[in-house]
Amino acid sequence: MDKGLLEIRELECVRGDRQLFSDLSFSLEAGTLLHVHGPNGSGKTTLLRAIAGLVLQESGEILWNGESSGKEKDEFNRELLYLGHHYGLKFELSGYENLKVFANLSGSDISEHEVEAALQRFGLAHCVELPVKVLSQGQKRRVALARLLLQSSKLWILDEPFVALDVAAVELLLEVIKTHVANGGMVILTTHQEVAVEVGSVQHLRLGQ
Amino acid sequence: MRDLTLAMRHRSDVLTTVFFFIIVVSLFPLGVGPEAQLLKEMAAGVVWVAALLASMLSLTRLFADDYHDGTLEQLLLVPQPLSLIVLGKVLAHWIISGLPLVLMSPLLGLQFGLEGDALIMLMLTLLLGTPVLSLVGSIGAALTLGLRGGGVLVSLLVLPLYIPVLIFGAGAVAANAAGMGAEGHLSLMGAILLLALVLAPWASAAALRISVE
Repeated sequence: MDKGLLEIRELECVRGDRQLFSDLSFSLEAGTLLHVHGPNGSGKTTLLRAIAGLVLQESGEILWNGESSGKEKDEFNRELLYLGHHYGLKFELSGYENLKVFANLSGSDISEHEVEAALQRFGLAHCVELPVKVLSQGQKRRVALARLLLQSSKLWILDEPFVALDVAAVELLLEVIKTHVANGGMVILTTHQEVAVEVGSVQHLRLGQ
Repeated sequence: MRDLTLAMRHRSDVLTTVFFFIIVVSLFPLGVGPEAQLLKEMAAGVVWVAALLASMLSLTRLFADDYHDGTLEQLLLVPQPLSLIVLGKVLAHWIISGLPLVLMSPLLGLQFGLEGDALIMLMLTLLLGTPVLSLVGSIGAALTLGLRGGGVLVSLLVLPLYIPVLIFGAGAVAANAAGMGAEGHLSLMGAILLLALVLAPWASAAALRISVE
């Protein structure tokens, strides 16, 4: 992987009439994890969506390797994996089909075997062929998370990734995140759970204070 | 492709559109009475209006499901032009809701006593016109995404835009029946289709970005 650098400059986001945050600047280098803290409604999700390019910021810049992420959209999206509150899964399709669709859309060529291995790693070996709608909340979340193993994106943006996961899955996800950061990836995540996210270099950002 | 697979799992939705079309069209001969001449004159108009309403019926679902389960967000983030993805979705929508109408139309035309030549013309106009309905409709669907009562709003937004297609579509059949050439109407419809093909995916993509925010 080549070097990646995310820079946020004087970002300001507004929802409705309310200013969530302004003059927010930070930068994130390869091999770091950014943990965004803040009470409900402090703008964590909005910040994450703004970085992903789903919400337009009021002012400020988001730079990826020195280029504005909005201008170099395809370039940026190739390096980005965003998992939000919604699972982003089609409930009528099986976990396998869902993952395959994402892989095709993001242009990566992955084999049947790799998809199955990813699902297996997240403990879903027995429900590869089941439509996602019959899975439990935690299992759905696991299917969504299995994408982390399949795409070689550099920047992961995870909004509350630990919700609905059991202890073993939380451990596993931490493991996956650690590996990613150790390999020079970047992770931005939010969580309310007391999960010890101790990897390489961790930055903390507190909103709503 | 994904949408097609999905549609197969939701077979009832596809059938609803088609049956709606068949029933609306079939109601007219029953309501108006069996005067052959009158029916023949109305046929194209009735079939066309029914086609408009039927395509409207399935329009609201074009992006709504993707919006609610979060896949739309993911589609916005894939490293491919959004308008291309929109075009794919519209194509799938047309195959599901437009193509069956085109295929059913000769059968329904028979109910109105249309003859061979007119039937082919009716089918041809629908073949040119229904993709326009899906394309233009996608803009409306994208704009009203996530709004309450979006379905009604889509109708209000999009139906006026359907009027040219309706006029030329029904007009072509009438012109053909009156013995005048329908080439003019058909080439205008072709032009509308091309224009929609270029502009609609782009406009829908822009509308989607706003709606998702």
